[in-house]
Amino acid sequence: MPESVSNITAQMPRAKLAGLLLFFLGPAVAIYSLFSIYPLVATMALSTYTSDPSGGRHFVGLANFQTLLGDALWSKPFWNAFGNNLIFFAVHMCVQNPIGIALAGLLSLPGLRLKGFYRTVMFLPTMLSVVIVGFSWNLILSPLWGVASGALKAVGLGSLFAPWLGLESSALVTLSLISVWQFVGIPMMLIYAALLNIPDELIDAARVDGLGHFRIFFHIKLPLVLPTISLVSVLTFVANFNAFDLIYSVKGALAGPNFATDILGTFFYRTFFGNQLQLGNPTMGSAVATVMFFIILVGLCLYLFLVQRRIRRFAF
Amino acid sequence: MRRTFKAAMGAEVAALALLAGLASAQAGSLKIESWRNDDADIWNSKIIPAFNKQYPDIKIEFAPSAPKEYNAALNARLDGGTAGDLITCRPFDASLALYQKHQLDGVDGLKGMDNFSDVAKAAWQTDDGKTTFCVPIASVIAGFIYNKEAFAKVGVSEPKTLEEFHAVLEKFKKDGTYVPLVMGTADQWEAATMGFQNVGPDYWKGEAGRANLIAGKEKLTDPQYVAAFKEIASWAPYLGSGFQAQTYADSQNLFSLGKGAIYAAGSWDISTFRGQAKFAMGAFPPPQPAGTTDCYISDHTDIAMGINAASKNKEDAKKFLEWLTTPEFATIYANALPGFFPLAKTPVKVEDDVAATMVGWRQTCKSTIRNSYQILSRGTPNLENELWNVSAQVVNGKLTPDAAGKQLQDGLDKWYKPAK
Repeated sequence: MPESVSNITAQMPRAKLAGLLLFFLGPAVAIYSLFSIYPLVATMALSTYTSDPSGGRHFVGLANFQTLLGDALWSKPFWNAFGNNLIFFAVHMCVQNPIGIALAGLLSLPGLRLKGFYRTVMFLPTMLSVVIVGFSWNLILSPLWGVASGALKAVGLGSLFAPWLGLESSALVTLSLISVWQFVGIPMMLIYAALLNIPDELIDAARVDGLGHFRIFFHIKLPLVLPTISLVSVLTFVANFNAFDLIYSVKGALAGPNFATDILGTFFYRTFFGNQLQLGNPTMGSAVATVMFFIILVGLCLYLFLVQRRIRRFAF
Repeated sequence: MRRTFKAAMGAEVAALALLAGLASAQAGSLKIESWRNDDADIWNSKIIPAFNKQYPDIKIEFAPSAPKEYNAALNARLDGGTAGDLITCRPFDASLALYQKHQLDGVDGLKGMDNFSDVAKAAWQTDDGKTTFCVPIASVIAGFIYNKEAFAKVGVSEPKTLEEFHAVLEKFKKDGTYVPLVMGTADQWEAATMGFQNVGPDYWKGEAGRANLIAGKEKLTDPQYVAAFKEIASWAPYLGSGFQAQTYADSQNLFSLGKGAIYAAGSWDISTFRGQAKFAMGAFPPPQPAGTTDCYISDHTDIAMGINAASKNKEDAKKFLEWLTTPEFATIYANALPGFFPLAKTPVKVEDDVAATMVGWRQTCKSTIRNSYQILSRGTPNLENELWNVSAQVVNGKLTPDAAGKQLQDGLDKWYKPAK
């Protein structure tokens, strides 16, 4: 029997152990600190400053946050973006993840042919550049030359067509669904991998007991992959509240019509980098970024304390 | 999945700065920062060689960024000390901020600066008009470009008044072959720049109205501004179906494919159409509202060039800027880029007929710049952003012209106190 790791490290001279740790962990810690922790701390630091016309920066404490959350000029667009972001997230949770689960369930059915093909095809959009996705969907849905109106007409539903991307009422949901289409491959893959981990004996036993595919999925498989589903939900949350690129590439930084598609990412971009005649305001932008960070942090904490601890994990 | 957006953005800017740093200029060479990446070919094959005929020893590199990223990238490079020697200047506050941060030098001492009128220089001056910090290069003119074949087929001629304009649109709508008026609201700025700012100057009397707005003597709730909004609101029935989702690129394609009759245009569209449209085109200035006699056009100073205060080669940079004031440069520029009109006083012969028509309006109409650009877009909420937003909403029928004026003025009142 091989010696256990803790025994080996216990017998090792201190210096050698430290050297080993540094060798293995050092690069990751250094890179992570440089590219993740340092920018985060620097952003937070910057958010406590303000700049004057000559380019000088002055410390102002939490004044930027007071303005952002207390002054209607800033808080109105901020809460609008936050609300839109919640809708964006809700659409992903209600559409992307259930479809992802369903697709994973279908893929893991025994005896399904061309599994690899389906898996690849459904994962493909995830690997496309957002600019291409935005551009293609802009064309597909275009009232001028898009195939969407023609396709609806062909099945007699032409009257249902509307310039969805341009209407205040539908633009945000349309964009959310485009994003769902693009990223549905990720929950599918993660859950598919979890489904494959379920031992065949369990499934076989259920089948011997007389359950069909449908009930096996709901009563056996689904409870077993719940931890993965909650992980997927958290990933969705983080990704959605950091989202920016799709909206920016389709609607621009002003996220029209009437800011109906403005989410925190585009709001941050406008504040930090400016737009047309609006000059960028790096210090205020950092405040927005910091608030975004805390929103995500709070969301994650809620998840950790309320959900993660109650999940029962099954070891096979 | 998409991860830490902030970090990515920061890294991008840093990377840009780093790349620029690797290619930093040596003596005897100049690097030009610009957002006109569309024109890189013309700079490299026409403008720079023409300059080098006179100054063979000065090597010039034209290093453009994408228009959307230009301001952010330029600021990062200037702050990091890696920006090029010559900076292409956006009009008004973006460049003014650079001058105030001592990142641009004054250019008043240059030979040839007296070749520009005060209006031409206004976009690159301090508020008191005492210091100019960029050499004006070109302006763009707004108006309407039309499909001559479509006009002949339906049997209409260039409208002079708004009444005639609406009659023409109505005729095209009845005929049904063409989209009467090509403009979309998806990108929002079309409605503001080619709608409101295009037909508006006739209502607010160009520069006079613009000055009154800045002085606080007029408000955006005044009848002349509401009337301009009413006019663009009345366009909706003549726009292409689903114009709410029609982007600027859609508009350009719709017109250049010959499917549209009239295109609410900026002169910068001319070169695009020259490359793509197969039919004869004409242009007419914004039609006059009833009861007006003087005509005004949006002749918007848009592009200029200044010297990076941290440049190591200011002598050569000055030589280049002085050359920009000459008629030789103006002629090359105007003809290589039809639709970008030189601002120098010496008249320049423009070969392109549509561009020549548009620049010809300067003789009959009075020029003005977009009224939201100077001073008024300095605060929060930003007037230009608001204008894009409400103009698109007005055309979409989501906001009444009165409410649009009110929203703009309320926003302005929150931060702007006109000098009494």
